Amino acid sequence: MKFTWFNLMPWPHLPDDFREKNRSVWVDIDQKLFDPVKSNAVYNTYLDLLEYADGLGFDGVGCNEHHQNGYGLMPSPNLIAAALTRRTKDAAIVVLGNSIALYNPPVRVAEEFAMLDCMSGGRLVAGFPVGTSMDTNFCYGQIPSLTREKYAEAHDLIMRAWHEREPFAFNGRYNKLRHVNIWPRPIQAPNPPIHIPGGGSVETYDFCIDNTYSYSYLSFTGYIRAKALLDGYWRRVEERGAPDKSPYRAGFAQTICVADTDEEAQRLYEEHVLYFYNRCLHVYPGFADAPGYRTIKTIQSGALSQYAPNFSFATLTWKDLVEGGHVIAGSPETVRQRMEDLITGLHVGNIFCLMHVGNMPAEKCMYSTKLFAEKVMPKLRNMFPEYKDDSRFWCHPIGSRAKPGSLPDARELAAAGGR
Amino acid sequence: MELKTIAAPRVPVRYYEGGSGTPLVFLHGAGGIMPNDPFLAALAKKYHVYAPLLPGYGDSEECPEIRDMLDFTLHSWDVVDALGLKNPVLAGHSMGGMIAAEMAAIAPHDISRLALICPAGLWLDDHPIPDLFSTLPFEFPQLLFHNVEQGTALLTAGMAVDDPEWLKGFLVTNARQLGMAGRILFPIPDRGLAGRLYRIKAKTVLIWGDGDRLIVPAYAHAFRKGIAGSELVVIPEAGHMVTMEKTEQVVQAIARLG
Repeated sequence: MKFTWFNLMPWPHLPDDFREKNRSVWVDIDQKLFDPVKSNAVYNTYLDLLEYADGLGFDGVGCNEHHQNGYGLMPSPNLIAAALTRRTKDAAIVVLGNSIALYNPPVRVAEEFAMLDCMSGGRLVAGFPVGTSMDTNFCYGQIPSLTREKYAEAHDLIMRAWHEREPFAFNGRYNKLRHVNIWPRPIQAPNPPIHIPGGGSVETYDFCIDNTYSYSYLSFTGYIRAKALLDGYWRRVEERGAPDKSPYRAGFAQTICVADTDEEAQRLYEEHVLYFYNRCLHVYPGFADAPGYRTIKTIQSGALSQYAPNFSFATLTWKDLVEGGHVIAGSPETVRQRMEDLITGLHVGNIFCLMHVGNMPAEKCMYSTKLFAEKVMPKLRNMFPEYKDDSRFWCHPIGSRAKPGSLPDARELAAAGGR
Repeated sequence: MELKTIAAPRVPVRYYEGGSGTPLVFLHGAGGIMPNDPFLAALAKKYHVYAPLLPGYGDSEECPEIRDMLDFTLHSWDVVDALGLKNPVLAGHSMGGMIAAEMAAIAPHDISRLALICPAGLWLDDHPIPDLFSTLPFEFPQLLFHNVEQGTALLTAGMAVDDPEWLKGFLVTNARQLGMAGRILFPIPDRGLAGRLYRIKAKTVLIWGDGDRLIVPAYAHAFRKGIAGSELVVIPEAGHMVTMEKTEQVVQAIARLG
């Protein structure tokens, strides 16, 4: 199993009446609610927490890309990842990912991911999302019905940039480049492992299967509701004639809160979980899906039923969220049992553990993270022994990695000067 | 009106045809054409009307190769040619007006009569056009009609948002139609027409509802400035769907082209 400690980096200071006074946490969120001075502490705490997770033995630390969003303070995940290369030691740096249709030209992604891989000594796991409609269309202005074509071209360009060893010309529809020749290139050859976040687009299943990429379902609705979607994915893996059904072909994001007892979990975490589901997911429905962003096939598949007009996270209570599996919370034993259900039920080998939730303060987050790392994770380690050697979907760091802070000390410097 | 199909070079095109007299090509707006569209019926009393659907509209085939403004413009000329028409009256509403203006600008000697009914295509920073693509169904009547109550009744007839199957059909139609429209309207309905308006040589009438809240009448004046000799007809007590709210007056305004 691969456990990645993931932080969405929510803004923790949304007011109590946020829902009532604002139409959306995303796209046109009120500028006045962001306080740059306070953000200095917020960013540093979030980076500290990611580093803390590395120290506790999580397999990966993760970040992602969102724009104009009150629950995701990472318009540039690569900046966060770059900061993480310095003070984390062993964890994979999982950038999930860069919305490649948004970069102009997309060789920028090939270059920055290469830099991250080189700086981290081959610890990069690269993600290529299409991006939500909020990010891609409404914030970054991409034409909805052309977004996927542009994404596909960006993908081809990035892969060629990584794979080819001679300068080449790329005559795309959206990118015309006479001399593609990225410098540096990634340590991991021919390319870092690739995870594709998807939200139920059937085309994305095939894309992952055909390219041996891991399909990641990143939802906030939990593992019980995810069953139908991932069952569809595994059916497709079979239909498409993939050579195996390795659980590492799939990943899943799950909100997890651990305490000594189930009661303590509610007492400690309820307000932060409700902050997330009430305020952070308050998205104006007009921004959810620009017409043309989803393919007709996907709409017809009915995978979007969660967008039914009467569905709202805001009406859900702690009890609903825990029983419905949106959140896995409780004692280490409760969490272990439910995680086991998740892992076997969805048949997933990559878990993105959302352990910082809403406006959770650092000490609670550390407490929950430590309990998970020490009392839950070890018991889930060997869930898929038959696939334990499947390394296709994870990074391959070099053996001897450079250490930060290894400049010569003052004496050596003086000696060098004296020569 | 009869719904027919004609082979255009890139894709088969569905079009409504009816009436007799001077040929008139009508290009629809982002909302498409309603079955039994009263405006087309009124036009058909005076003209031989051809109203092609853009690919993806109604039951017509999609065309992924039509991506940008030039593609839309040339495709629309292809349709006129396929219909065997020479110098028809060219009329367009909203997005259709934008395409019609582009057609007249790119081939100024092939069109001598142009009717632009509250066309899209320009952008004025002082009058930002509302974002059609994040507008929810229940918000449309407010944007589109002078008489919001009647507009609501028109737009919501037959809606059943609580029925998942109906909703799926609605989302598919939206994805097909507005997905296509988005290629020239999203996120800002400006593809450089302002710089090409000077090429238009056709006698041009601009027709605007004085209560248009989607493309406000300030745009009428911008078009009038851009197209030499154009005439502006402002219709009182009408919104963006002036073709539905003041059908006869729009037909009369088009008739000024002779």
